[in-house]
Amino acid sequence: MGRYVGTSVKRVEDPRFIQGKGRYVANIQLPGMVHVAIKRSPEAHARITGMDTSAASAMDGVLAVFTGQDFKDGGCGSLPCGWLVPDTKVPDRPIVVTDRVCHVGDSVAVVVAEDPYIAADAVEAIEVDYEPLPTVVDARGAMDDGAPLVHAEIEDNVSYHWGLGDEEARDKAFSEADEVVEIELVNQRLIPTAMEPRAAAAQWDAASEEMTVWTTSQNPHPIRLLLSAFTLGIPESKLRVISPDVGGGFGSKIFHYPEEVIVPWVARQVGRPARWVATRTESQMTDSQGRDHVTVAKLAMTSDGTFTGLDVETWANQGAYLSTFAPLIPTALYITLLSGNYKMPGVFGKVHGTLTNTVPVDAYRGAGRPEAAYLVERLVDLAAARLGRDPLDLRRQNAIPKEDFPYQTPVAFLYDSGDYDRLMETAADRADYAGMRAAQTAARADGKLRGVGVVCCIEASGPAPSAVAGSLGSAVGFWESGEVRVHPTGQISVYTGSHAHGQGHETTLAQVVADELGVPMESVEVVHGDTGRINFGMGTYGSRSACVGGSALVRSAEKVRAKVLQLGAHLLEAAEEDVVYDRESGRVHVKGSPDSGKDFGELAFAAYTAHSLPDGMEPGLNFVSFYDPANFTFPASSHICEVEICPDSWEVSVLRYVAVDDVGKVINPMIVEGQIQGGIVQGVGQALTEIGSYSDDGQLLSGSLLEYAVPRADLLPGIEVDRIETPSPHNPLGVKGAGEMGTIAATPVVANAVLDALAPLGVTHIELPLTPERIWRAVQAAGNGA
Amino acid sequence: MSHRVRISVNGKAEEADVESRLLLCHFLRDQLGLTGTNVGCDTSQCGSCTVMMDGKAVKSCTVLAVQADGCEVTTIEGLAGADGLHPVQQSFWDNHGLQCGFCTPGMIMTAVEILERNPDATDADVRHGLEGNICRCTGYENIVKSVVAAGARGAS
Repeated sequence: MGRYVGTSVKRVEDPRFIQGKGRYVANIQLPGMVHVAIKRSPEAHARITGMDTSAASAMDGVLAVFTGQDFKDGGCGSLPCGWLVPDTKVPDRPIVVTDRVCHVGDSVAVVVAEDPYIAADAVEAIEVDYEPLPTVVDARGAMDDGAPLVHAEIEDNVSYHWGLGDEEARDKAFSEADEVVEIELVNQRLIPTAMEPRAAAAQWDAASEEMTVWTTSQNPHPIRLLLSAFTLGIPESKLRVISPDVGGGFGSKIFHYPEEVIVPWVARQVGRPARWVATRTESQMTDSQGRDHVTVAKLAMTSDGTFTGLDVETWANQGAYLSTFAPLIPTALYITLLSGNYKMPGVFGKVHGTLTNTVPVDAYRGAGRPEAAYLVERLVDLAAARLGRDPLDLRRQNAIPKEDFPYQTPVAFLYDSGDYDRLMETAADRADYAGMRAAQTAARADGKLRGVGVVCCIEASGPAPSAVAGSLGSAVGFWESGEVRVHPTGQISVYTGSHAHGQGHETTLAQVVADELGVPMESVEVVHGDTGRINFGMGTYGSRSACVGGSALVRSAEKVRAKVLQLGAHLLEAAEEDVVYDRESGRVHVKGSPDSGKDFGELAFAAYTAHSLPDGMEPGLNFVSFYDPANFTFPASSHICEVEICPDSWEVSVLRYVAVDDVGKVINPMIVEGQIQGGIVQGVGQALTEIGSYSDDGQLLSGSLLEYAVPRADLLPGIEVDRIETPSPHNPLGVKGAGEMGTIAATPVVANAVLDALAPLGVTHIELPLTPERIWRAVQAAGNGA
Repeated sequence: MSHRVRISVNGKAEEADVESRLLLCHFLRDQLGLTGTNVGCDTSQCGSCTVMMDGKAVKSCTVLAVQADGCEVTTIEGLAGADGLHPVQQSFWDNHGLQCGFCTPGMIMTAVEILERNPDATDADVRHGLEGNICRCTGYENIVKSVVAAGARGAS
């Protein structure tokens, strides 16, 4: 055990943020920089029959107005999709449309001006004639006979069908079941709403023919790859992509967006650096959105409550185009999680990915896994109600026992480690579950609508073994690179291909490397987010940075240690087997004689002076590793929540929220708790306040923060966080992902608590979010609203 | 139409010709280069752009630069004193009150005002006081903790 890993080291990145020195893309000022603004479609589906840009072009301060044809003629390719399941139909997604818009917010024209205010004026001055076309917005309705087609060439609006599981075992489970519970539910569309709106800036160097692009991305290297190979056509060797400080992502900044092509293309055209910064309204109608499933499902069980089978059919709304990883989310990150934390032989799920006249849908915090957890955990509560069983007790009965790990589910995943019974027991103890139930009984006797929710959830984090990803449809690998470059003075620069946009990697990865080498954290600097400095990397999403990126750095640090040890033995004139590398002090010394050794700094310097190296050793002290994980990691959680509903306003008050998570070994408890807390509040947002909604004609009704209700500081009274640790057996740090577990568990636990509170009124289901209006309507419909 | 404004920003007298419609947040960011004041929305919901104007926390996206004429404005860049971080800044660092950092300047400026009004602000007071500021990362837990702790240490 080192000095740093496992301790709550304060974040090294904080001083710049708390003093207003964050390096966000919108803060970039380049000499002579021009400003880009984009004309957006107000129509969800329409043919463009005419466009007049003359008034805009004539305005003082406007340098140029470009249309879709200009980008096409100028060599810009369409945006590709990076994950294709068999027979996926991929609609063409131009950078700027030429003749037809497919969702509100689609890019129609581009203005370049001296000043952002002038650019906005010019956008307003562009006249576009639209001939409206019929629209479809509903995931399931898109497949109806006679539904309008989003793209004429894609029949029934179906991009793909996909299924996974053991159909035979499912059929057996349902034919032999004593009890079957069924549900039909919507997992509503969400708008990620990272607080920093997306932005891009670019500078073309005409002498070196090099383009630098700054973008608010979670993964600058894949963006460079896509720009180079598909959309912009500048060789990777001449293209540098920088994602400096990024103000939150939650998945929405993974994807390749049109503006990342528009801004560098424009900069080259006008011969000046260019910048575009989204307004919040633009972000709401162009950032890829999340969730949006319609699902019918049923759970089979024996009379004693043993789960035997689960059958699921889901319609997943993919929006108007396929965003970069869109087909991955409702397939390999959703169906694969349907076994939950439970032993069930007969699981089968199928999904239909449909196209609609809405903003594209892709990964949003949890990405497929929250959809699975919400479905499974609602079904388990319905099962408990059917059998008259306590929902926690029924979960513990069906949980995969710890001795069954590694556990092969019927839906492909091999869970690496876990102890779900201990997890639930810890949560029950921490929450005083029995006391909560007793208080609920007393409250009900007083006429109060008190509810208790409990869940046990699973996540697959740390994507992914590249060969597995490839077999499931990925166009890329999901390894990570990590370079440990020891400078001659012993200072260390660490280059990671993962990317931080709030996660604190500059701190946690420094903790890891400092402990691996036995050096002070202060001598370790973590560099990320720049293709000009880091050789390659896949970026951050799926809670992968510690599992995959951290592991790559451990491998590089091991190589540094081995070389330092060999060099130390040589300089100490001892055999290698007679010296040790002391990981507490970073010194190499002869076994048993700690005083007669060499410091890390001395040895680093010796590696560079190269005056005396062992035979065959190259000078320098710099190692890069590419770590391809052996498996996903499988964090788990048990959350318990207590709510009360006001019988006059039908508002939900969360009285207590207890979260016990197992994210394996923890590098920095403070940061992990912060991730869990933040994740929980996003999940509670889905349960209680958030919905990205469209009218039938495709108008986005939640297009600003006035209508899209993200949680405020007073939504929860506080969160009690605890954890257990079952280390992942297959990565060197024993870590599992920590970024999404909170979100995954929070939505179902609040939903379960609210429906538990309403059970005496005969309400068994309400679609999310559980707003006072929806609760009131459900109570009225159940006939108990008096 | 352009107007001459004189605004004291972080104790420094600034004088500039601005358009009538120029927002204070853009004046600070684009003309003075004080990019610590972030802009997170366009409907005055998020509070990322909060600054102090004549001692009151205001959302600088709802103030025109011309309205700030003759005023004293303090931005996040002007909060730390010669002897180091402002206690609220320090408390955000100590209590992990930030993740991505984008809402942080606005949160800190609002927190300074909350504690000036009520140095003994409780957890519930702070949650109420921060209703006009959105954070998407932290779930507010450690922000509330940071503000309460700063109050307890006499931040005002």
